[in-house]
Amino acid sequence: MSFVTNFPLFTIVLSLFSGVLCYLLKGKAARKYTFIYEIVLIVMVGAVLVYTYREGGSFTYVMGEFPAPWGNEIRAGVLESVMALLFLVVMRCSLSAGYRFVETDIDESKTSLYYSLINLMTAALMAIIWTNDLFTGYVFVEILTLTSCGILIVRELGRTTLAAVRYMILNLLGSGLFLLGVVLLYNLTGNLLMVPMQQVIAELAEDPAVMPVLTMAVGILTIGLSIKSGLFPFHYWMPDTYGWATPASASILSSLVSKAYIFLLFKIYYRVIGIQVFVRMPIRDILLVLGICGIVAGSVNAIRANNINRMVAFSSAAQIGYIYMGIGLGGIIGYSAALFHIMAHALTKSQLFLTTPRLAEVSGDSLKFKELQGSALRDRDAGVFFTLAALSMIGIPIFAGFASKLQFGLAAAENASMVKLVMVMLALAVSSMLNALYFIRTVIRIYAEDPRKDVRAHHRSGYNVPMLVLTAGNLFLGLFSWVAVNLLQTGLGMFS
Amino acid sequence: MKEWIRRWYEGDTELLTDIMDGAEVPDRPRKELKQQRKAFRAKILERVNSEPVLRAQEKSFYAIYRVIAVISCVVLIGVLLFTVANLPHYGTENPRTVEVVRRYIEHGLEETGAVNVVAGMILDYRAFDTLGESHVLFTALVCVMILLQLDKKTIRGGHMDSYYRVKQDTYFDISKDSIIRVAGMVIVPCIILLGIYVLLNGQNGPGGGFSGGAIIGAALIMFATAFGFNAVDRIFTRRALMTTTFVSLAFYSFAKGYVFFTGANGLENHIPKGTPGAILSGGLILPLDIAVGLVVACTMFGFYSLFKRGSIGSD
Repeated sequence: MSFVTNFPLFTIVLSLFSGVLCYLLKGKAARKYTFIYEIVLIVMVGAVLVYTYREGGSFTYVMGEFPAPWGNEIRAGVLESVMALLFLVVMRCSLSAGYRFVETDIDESKTSLYYSLINLMTAALMAIIWTNDLFTGYVFVEILTLTSCGILIVRELGRTTLAAVRYMILNLLGSGLFLLGVVLLYNLTGNLLMVPMQQVIAELAEDPAVMPVLTMAVGILTIGLSIKSGLFPFHYWMPDTYGWATPASASILSSLVSKAYIFLLFKIYYRVIGIQVFVRMPIRDILLVLGICGIVAGSVNAIRANNINRMVAFSSAAQIGYIYMGIGLGGIIGYSAALFHIMAHALTKSQLFLTTPRLAEVSGDSLKFKELQGSALRDRDAGVFFTLAALSMIGIPIFAGFASKLQFGLAAAENASMVKLVMVMLALAVSSMLNALYFIRTVIRIYAEDPRKDVRAHHRSGYNVPMLVLTAGNLFLGLFSWVAVNLLQTGLGMFS
Repeated sequence: MKEWIRRWYEGDTELLTDIMDGAEVPDRPRKELKQQRKAFRAKILERVNSEPVLRAQEKSFYAIYRVIAVISCVVLIGVLLFTVANLPHYGTENPRTVEVVRRYIEHGLEETGAVNVVAGMILDYRAFDTLGESHVLFTALVCVMILLQLDKKTIRGGHMDSYYRVKQDTYFDISKDSIIRVAGMVIVPCIILLGIYVLLNGQNGPGGGFSGGAIIGAALIMFATAFGFNAVDRIFTRRALMTTTFVSLAFYSFAKGYVFFTGANGLENHIPKGTPGAILSGGLILPLDIAVGLVVACTMFGFYSLFKRGSIGSD
């Protein structure tokens, strides 16, 4: 075994340790430590990606002396490494583009607590990505839930507290249902590690008496995680949560936390239930319908919003709908399209949430469209980055948004019935139009004639580089989408 | 048409957004805050009497909301009952489902060195989960600190009342009460002793880090109630509490990280298992229990202190 195989363990344990360490440090030291530490993490995960790609396989890593059915395990393959790398890069970019806002939004005595939560969240994200054990997944989902509420309330406005309470209630409902599903599956299989669970479930699925119970268990699990990630009927917590958090938090919550839950769901479908068994359940079709409803509802709500952050947040709801639509379509192209959209959306949405506060800053701290008029002329950098991300969201070619919509179309044409094909194509067409409707309005507004010519943005160091990284990632996914799709499909091949 | 274009360009008004406009500026003198509150109340009243709200009531939105809530609850209950009724009997129908449990019970003692199978399970077989679980507690502590710890923003800003509440609390201080003092003097040492016993015997009997730590934490709270925070602050300053938490969790992470590392790489880990039944047995279980116990005790006392006086301990 190469030394690289230890790196997944290090990313989790060192992140937990960093979380506790930052709690003891002073605010500024905690920030510097976190920034350097995230780079170390990116290097480690990059090494794991290169290693797994070269070896052409995945490896499991026994946590302790006891192998598979008795002790915990983690597992790393191409898919996990790609996701971990993406998550870490987006997190590092959000932190370094948003740390000036963190300084102004958060009381000085609580900055170190903020970075402590960020490190704990990194540990939770890494553990959810690497885990090969269902219950470990649940434990770290708990940490993720708590930390995401923490980085929301840290701004200490009335609105963030209100949003956090609502977010927490829905999140706890989701956790409860998820735990219920895990318990039911444990009762059926007697195992918690994913590989033995899948073997037992494959046997059980032959029994027609057990299949309905199994479907119910998976359904409850799915509802739990879809509440947490904000699928259609449960997306109303999004605007307040994303709209009032400090920009770095909003970017992390929208582009990483909700995606981590979806990735865990993927892992459960593929590695716990087994994709052959999952395809036989009706859950897939329900997810497809809910995903399409989410796309339309999110877009319509986004058009009605009069506040730029709420608009971007509702557009998140629509994008989550896309991802679930991909899962609903099924087939290797459908799943890789959903995963590709996770990547594309993580890069784009974080960029949007990091530019809107800068536009608001030069508009008298207001996020309303009326006040935002001409703000891109006052703060040119933010305007350009916002426009680029908006183009990607609409789905203009050469950007990632276009590539992922193309993937969804291909997936629908490849392995869906006529009804589904028409539904998906209509949804894609309508939602692209609606997206264009609200993003073009915003771009027109921020480039319209400037009513306050005297205000100019003050220069902020360390803002442009992370934004350029995000844009470059976005363009890469758009121009060389086959590289990413290839990587994802290789990873999916190793996954089951 | 013109109206549609205007709505597209400017967006619709939202109920709550308008009311709370201007509420986001935290640093304001008290007088202005009072005026602001008055203005909000007026605005809300106006809203309630205005058209959109009335229309929403006419459409009996809330009635529909309630009906849907009841229906979804009933459906959920039905689904869960159906599922539970149809579950196969645990372990009887499929022998594979008890494989893991049997191994824990039959070989747990020799493999982990702990008489208490549960302790062996959570701190040895599945130690990674427990590592996460102890950090859940720490995360909760950090979140409560963010919410309740008094800082410049909370004292001057929108949450003014918390400052006065703390001041008010001292009027009803019961630490001068002699009955509580005498009872505390008798009870607190006993509770702490019991806690330490439960903590140290986790590997041999019921107990362990979480339960022992909770008992010690309760004793600390009792002590603080009986003798006041000044007495506690002589030992448990803010720094001491934070350092204890840090050292315990860091020890936990690194000790378990070492075991994971050696286990996965097939190295020997040099941790003696000891004689089963003795205090020093079960390999790492005892030190880990102590670490978890300290974290739990610190967290519980920290919560109490945060709720009572808005800081985790004195400087």
